[in-house]
Amino acid sequence: MISKDYMIMAAQGIHARPATTLIKLTKNFKSAVSLKKGDKVVRLNSILNILSMTIKGGETVCVIIEGEDEVSAATAIDLFFTEELKHL
Amino acid sequence: MKGIGVSPGISIGRAFVIKKTEPALTGILLKNEAEILLEIERFDLAVSHAADEIESIKANTVLQDEELSLLETQIELLTDPQIKADVIEKIESDKKNANDALIEVIGNFVQLFENMDDEYMRARSADIKDIGSRILNHLDGQGQGKVNTYKFAPDTIVIAEDISPSDTLTMDIKHVTGFATQAGSKTSHTTIIAKSKGIPAVVSCGNALATVVNNDVVILDAINGIVYINPSQEIIDDYTIKRAAYRERTDKLKALKDVLAITRDGKRITLSANISGADDMEDVFYNGGDGVGLLRTELLFMDRDSFPTEDEQFEFYKSIALRSKNKPVIVRTIDIGGDKHLPYFNLPAELNPFLGYRAIRICLDRKDLFITQLKAILRASVFGDLKIMFPMISNVQEIKSAKSIVAEAKAELLNDNIVFNADIKIGIMIEIPSAAITADILAQEVDFFSIGTNDLCQYTLAVDRMNEKISHLYDPFNPGVLRLINNVIEQGHKHNIHVGMCGEMASDPIATLLLLGMGLNDFSMNAASIPTIKNIIVNNSITKARNIYKNVMEMNSSEKIIAYLQEAAQ
Repeated sequence: MISKDYMIMAAQGIHARPATTLIKLTKNFKSAVSLKKGDKVVRLNSILNILSMTIKGGETVCVIIEGEDEVSAATAIDLFFTEELKHL
Repeated sequence: MKGIGVSPGISIGRAFVIKKTEPALTGILLKNEAEILLEIERFDLAVSHAADEIESIKANTVLQDEELSLLETQIELLTDPQIKADVIEKIESDKKNANDALIEVIGNFVQLFENMDDEYMRARSADIKDIGSRILNHLDGQGQGKVNTYKFAPDTIVIAEDISPSDTLTMDIKHVTGFATQAGSKTSHTTIIAKSKGIPAVVSCGNALATVVNNDVVILDAINGIVYINPSQEIIDDYTIKRAAYRERTDKLKALKDVLAITRDGKRITLSANISGADDMEDVFYNGGDGVGLLRTELLFMDRDSFPTEDEQFEFYKSIALRSKNKPVIVRTIDIGGDKHLPYFNLPAELNPFLGYRAIRICLDRKDLFITQLKAILRASVFGDLKIMFPMISNVQEIKSAKSIVAEAKAELLNDNIVFNADIKIGIMIEIPSAAITADILAQEVDFFSIGTNDLCQYTLAVDRMNEKISHLYDPFNPGVLRLINNVIEQGHKHNIHVGMCGEMASDPIATLLLLGMGLNDFSMNAASIPTIKNIIVNNSITKARNIYKNVMEMNSSEKIIAYLQEAAQ
């Protein structure tokens, strides 16, 4: 299992567009990916569940990845949160 | 009536009213296991048909980025595992048919989102409602045929309670010149589409809009958020003139917005904006700006009764950094004193406040205030490309002192395990003649210069800008001022540091070519001036600018210089 904290570097937070991108990204991997904010945890496959967490810019979320390809999934997700998110 | 103008512009046209009907529950209860399985299958099929429908819109329509990402989101919503799980749960446990199960599940999600305290999330309830009715259409077996394809006459203004994503995508909006809705907000779907298509829209007009009928004459003033229904001829005439003026202005802007400021001979020029807060960021990008050349921080200190805390300041800088799309933002440390006073910070009256205790002079004296601001900026520096700029520098010692306080601020943060950009760039305003003259010395201490022409001009010419009797002497084209500016640019470049300008001269179209010729490559101004200056840059060459500069430097008076530059600008 890999887990890592990310600070959300986008003013609008995780709104519909980044949430969609994130779900599509995680579909490329077999690993189960979850998102944790405070004590709320959701699977990263439901856009409604992600949006209902209302993750805002500057907040910190924890990404938890578990599965056979968790290392490559973690790399892709890392790029998403540190780079791609800023441009969405 | 009054609403919120969300996509600016003015439209005059005739109303087309779109009415929605709420889906009705069937009340059917399932009798056995076989029916339950059939209903689940029917639901799955409806979802997959609905998704196919969106895929086909994607494949067959020319779409802009905004619309494309909207469709992608719609597909995610349609196929959301949570919706599916909840619907199946209602079919299996409550024995409801697929229609009723879906209506209830969608209703619950809509309510959940409508009750969120975040405006953006509240607006998403419309998207959820929309995919719900899309699936429902397919459940009823009506499929594609049910999708509304409205036909509009030219100059139609669409009036609705709210416009769903599906409506706007399947609407033939070629003739739509405006939207007015009862509901909606700055982040609702109507807004996003109207903005991306450049169609004026006023949302949140309330119930008054329900009285509008087809073919009513409507004026939409989406600049001020006003909707007129069947107005008098006088108002129509007035708005016809306003509309023409607005179109002329925006056409110019639109043509230049996404064009890079590159001269005809290929030199890329940076055009940034001077701003005072996060709300200005939208304007910067709307006008095609490359970033922020001057963030004034005084707003943060005004209209209050005590100094803002480090956390309050941090939130201010952070909100700007987050909105900056990673473009550079130059943060000027506090520039109080002179004509800017704070009610809670008692500065004794001075004989010559402009030559007195102000800006960096206060900061170096009151290290406690300065370090609080620096720490807040440093903390925010991980959220964007922030740079720090000191105002009113007159000698090299002030830079060294200010930099050592920056180092102290960094050490304190490091000690507390707080992240910041350790390589944050540091620059100074060049607005005091001694700084302009010794640019070669100062350049060795900083990463960039920004020329503040307003104060530089006032100090160089010994002219108080506010004194009407001598205001004619305040003249940035005075050869003395021009020589100082030229020296700053030349020395800055000789020492390989970045040189920008954030004073009023940067937005003066008469000065643009001269400054280009001097080698200035970063102009910072109020956002609204960016298109005008960009227009000059893209239509001229550095070669021409160099010639103009050489000629100007040989002229002996500002009258001659101004006359020459005006002629050259033609």
